[in-house]
Amino acid sequence: MPESKTQATYTRKDFTSDQAVRWCPGCGDYAILAQTQKVFPDLGRKKEEFVFVSGIGCSSRFPYYMDTYGFHTIHGRATAIASGIKIARPDLSVWVVTGDGDGLSIGGNHTIHLMRRNLDLNVMLFNNRIYGLTKGQYSPTSEVGKITKSTPMGSLDIPFNPLSLALGAGSTFVARTIDKETKHLQAMVAESYGHKGTSFLEIYQNCNIFNDGAFSPLTDRDTKSDTVLWLEDGKPLVFGAETSKGIRLDGNKPVVVEIGDKWSEDDLLVHDKSDYVIASLLANMTYLPEFPDPIGVFYNIQSPTYEDMLTEQIGHAIKKKPKASVQDLLNSGDTWTIK
Amino acid sequence: MSRKTQDLQEAVIRFAGDSGDGMQLTGGRFTDTTAVFGNDLSTFPDFPAEIRAPAGSLAGVSAFQIKFSSKDIHTPGDSPNVLVAMNPAALKVHQQDVAPGGMIICNTSTFTPKNLKLAGYETNPLEDKTLEDYYTVYDIEMSKMVSTACEDLDLPSKSVERTKNFFALGLLFWIYDRPTQPTKDWLAIKFAKKPELIEANVRAMDAGYNFGETTEIFTTRYTVSKADLPAGKYRNVVGNYALSLGLAAAAEKSKLELFLGSYPITPASDILHTLSAWKYLGIKTFQAEDEIAGVTSALGAAFSGNLAVTTTSGPGIALKGEALGLAVICELPLVVVNVQRGGPSTGLPTKTEQSDLLQALYGRNGEAPMPVIASSTPGDCFYVAYEACRIAVKYMTPVMLLTDGYLANGSEPWIIPKLKDLPDIKVKFADKSSKVDDQYMPYLREKKTLARPWAIPGTAGLEHRIGGIEKEDVTGDVSYDPENHHHMVETRAKKVANISSEFDKTEVFGKKSGDVLILAWGGTRGACLSAAERLIKDGYKIGYVHLRWINPLPDDLGEILIKYKNVLIPEINFGQLIKVIRSEYLVDAKGLNQVYGKPITSADIQDAAKKLIG
Repeated sequence: MPESKTQATYTRKDFTSDQAVRWCPGCGDYAILAQTQKVFPDLGRKKEEFVFVSGIGCSSRFPYYMDTYGFHTIHGRATAIASGIKIARPDLSVWVVTGDGDGLSIGGNHTIHLMRRNLDLNVMLFNNRIYGLTKGQYSPTSEVGKITKSTPMGSLDIPFNPLSLALGAGSTFVARTIDKETKHLQAMVAESYGHKGTSFLEIYQNCNIFNDGAFSPLTDRDTKSDTVLWLEDGKPLVFGAETSKGIRLDGNKPVVVEIGDKWSEDDLLVHDKSDYVIASLLANMTYLPEFPDPIGVFYNIQSPTYEDMLTEQIGHAIKKKPKASVQDLLNSGDTWTIK
Repeated sequence: MSRKTQDLQEAVIRFAGDSGDGMQLTGGRFTDTTAVFGNDLSTFPDFPAEIRAPAGSLAGVSAFQIKFSSKDIHTPGDSPNVLVAMNPAALKVHQQDVAPGGMIICNTSTFTPKNLKLAGYETNPLEDKTLEDYYTVYDIEMSKMVSTACEDLDLPSKSVERTKNFFALGLLFWIYDRPTQPTKDWLAIKFAKKPELIEANVRAMDAGYNFGETTEIFTTRYTVSKADLPAGKYRNVVGNYALSLGLAAAAEKSKLELFLGSYPITPASDILHTLSAWKYLGIKTFQAEDEIAGVTSALGAAFSGNLAVTTTSGPGIALKGEALGLAVICELPLVVVNVQRGGPSTGLPTKTEQSDLLQALYGRNGEAPMPVIASSTPGDCFYVAYEACRIAVKYMTPVMLLTDGYLANGSEPWIIPKLKDLPDIKVKFADKSSKVDDQYMPYLREKKTLARPWAIPGTAGLEHRIGGIEKEDVTGDVSYDPENHHHMVETRAKKVANISSEFDKTEVFGKKSGDVLILAWGGTRGACLSAAERLIKDGYKIGYVHLRWINPLPDDLGEILIKYKNVLIPEINFGQLIKVIRSEYLVDAKGLNQVYGKPITSADIQDAAKKLIG
C-alpha cells in the first residue's frame, strides 16, 4: 500500500484498522462504525489528519477500529483531551466518541464547557440509555423508574435531554440520528464534519444486551412513521404515514395536528436550523409520548471558534513583539552586574 | 546631633499589617531595591488565605520578611531585627518572633480601642510599656503623617491613608541607607495613568525617609555592604516566575510549542498568569474548567506534539491522579508541577509544606512510576523546570516537579542564565524508520533509554492508536496477555529507573564521612545549608546532601549514607522522604519533622543534629 494515498482514492478499507471488533453481536455500534468508515473517504481530507478520541464505555472502543490517529483515554475525559489536541493543533480534524454515561455523567462537566467554548470538534454521543460495559446499570438518559441491578425498585432521577443540554451549553451544531438509519447517519456524520465549531451529534443506539428495544418504536417499520419527525431545513414539520400529521404552534406551544380539513401544511411550523427557539422547542419534544422524536439537524449556526480566536490573539501578540525571545525575558527587569 | 552609622553583616526585617495594607508590595519594593543595591537576600512572604479578612483581625495579618546580607545567605532569617507593625493585630501575631533587643516600629494611628480589642489586647501595649524591656519601640503616627504630607492633593482621605505603607518603606530605606529613586521610577510606571497617586505615594515615602533623617528618635543608621557574590549579571527572581521562565526556555530550546493546561489554585496560579502574558512567544495557555481538564488537555497537547505542562497544588494532583496514570501507560511526555501547600484537603492554602512527596511518588492506581524532581531555591525553579521538560521528552514520560509555597513566592538574587549554555533538548518525532514491515510500531523502544517513538497526528503512514488499556510491547495492540502485562510494568519501571544515569556524582557538602549526614530535598535547602555551615564551623563532623531527584534516587546515595553514624532528614511533613530512605537503604535515619506552615529554621536543624551526636 502506498504511504499516503490522495484523498480522492480512499475507500472504506483505508479507514478500517486491523483490530478485531469486539462489540456484542447485534450491537448498534457496528452500524455506526460501518457508516462512519463508509462516509470518511468522501470527506476529502488526508486520513493522517483525523484523530479519534474516546473515554470509557462500549462506544469508546471505537478509535481502535478506525485506521486514523486514535486515543482511547479515561472515563469522561475525551472531550477535555480532544480540546487539548485541537488547541495544540488546529490543523487536525478531531472526533470525540462518547456515550450517555461517559459524556453526560462522569464527563458532563467537560461536555458543557467544550460547547460553550465552541472548539471545532465533532462529538458523536452514542445514546443507548443504559450502562453497557459495567453490565446494565441505569444511565443519565434512562427513563424514570428504570429497573436495573442498581435500581431494583426503579430509578428515581429524571433523565437528561442531551440536545436541550447541548443547546443550553451553547453548542453551535446540534443533531440527532439513529444507528439503523444508515443513510441518514452518514449524512449527519458528513454534516457534523462540515460544521466549523463544536458539532454535537446524538446517535440513538440499541444495546441489544442490556436495553434491547429502547428505540424500537422509532425503528420498527410499523411504528416509525408516527414516531419519527424527519427534520429538513426550510420545510414544514410533517410526519406520519403519507405525511398526514404535522407540528403547529398554538401560541408558543407545539401541538400535533392532523393534516386535512382543519389544517394544511401552510399552518405548520417551518424548520429553521438557525433558529434557537425552534431548536429548543424541538429538543424539548424528546422522550414525550405525545410527540414524535425529531431526527436530523436541530441547530446549525456559525460562531467564532476558541482555537481561531486564540490563534488570532497569539498572532496579534507576536506582531506587537516580533523579535521576543526567552533570553530577552531573562534579561528583563532590574539587573546588575557583579565583577 | 551626633548620629552613628553601624555597619552590619546582615539584617532581617519584617513588614506586617492588615491584608489590605500592601505589605507584600512594600516588601517587594524593599527587596528589589536591596537586590539592585547588591546585597544577597532571601525573602519569605506570609499571607492569609482570605483575600480580605475583617480589617484589624488576627486572621487578616499579612507579612513579608526579608533577610539581606553582605555575605552569601540561604534563608530569609529566623528572627527579624526590625518589625514594622501597621496595626495591633500585626504586633500581636509577630512580636514574639522579633530578636531580643530588636526594633519594633508601630503605626500608632491604628492603635484604637476597637483595633486593640480585635487583636485581643486588654491594654495598649504601647502605653503600658510592656514591650520596652525587650525591644526598642518606635511609636509613629504614620496615618497622620501621610495625611499632612498630602494635604494639598485633590485625593479622597481614604486614598491618602492607603499610602502609609510607603511611609514605612521610606523610613526603612532611611534606616538601612537605601535609595528611594528606584521606587519612584517604579511608581511612575505603575500609576502612569494616575499621576495623583504617584505624587501621593512619593510624598508618603519621602515623608518616611525625612522622618528618619530629621527627627532625633533614631540614633543609629545601619549599612549592609554589597555582598561578595560570584561574578555575573544578576536579577532578583521569584520562584513561580523562575519556573515559568524555565518552561519557556525548554520550549525554545526544544523547538516545541509550549502548552499549559491549568486550573487556578493557590499558590500555583502565578505560573498560569505569567505564561498567559507571554503569548508573543507563541505559548498557549488554557484555563480549563477543572483540574482534570487541566491535565487531560495537556495530555492531548502532548499526544499532538506540544511540550505539555499542567500546574497545580496538592488538591489538584489528587484530582489529576487518574490522568497521570494514563500518561504513564501511554508513555507521553508531560510536566506536572505541584506547588505544595499545607494539607490535607484545603488545609493551609497560602502556607508552605512538603507533604505531597508520597503522593507524588505513589499517588496513582496500579504500578505507575513517575520521575519526581524537586526545586531547592526560588532560582532553582528555573533549572528544575528545564530539566523536567528535557527528561520528559527524552524518556517519553510524565515528570512530577515539586516546589512549595515558600519557593513559589520567595525570591533571591539570581545569576541570569544564558540559554545557549543550557543542555540541548533534542526532539525527533517518529518517521518511517519506526515502521516494521510497513507497520508503525508505537512501542518499538530506543535501546538505551527505553523511550518509545513519538509519532504525532498529521504524519502520513504512522496512524496508530494508544490508550489506557494495556498494550502489547512493540506493536501497541490491545493485550490482556499476563506475560506481556508483567513485561510492560517492568519496562515502564526500568525506563524511569534509567534516568539516574543522567545524574552527576552526588555532591556532599562538608565532611565526606562523620557523625551526621543531613539529607534533605526541596525548599529546606537554605536552612540545611546554613545549619551545616554553622555546625562544621563549630567543629562538628557533618555532611549534607540535598536531593534534586527523589525518583529515581542517585545511584551513589547508598554508599554515601553508610559513611555516617547518623542520618538526619529534616522535612516539613511528618516523615515522607525518611520512609523512602529507610525502605530503600535499610538505614535507621532520624527525622526532624514540623508542619507549622513555615520553613524549618536552621537553628532547629542544628539542635537536632547535635542531639543525634549526643
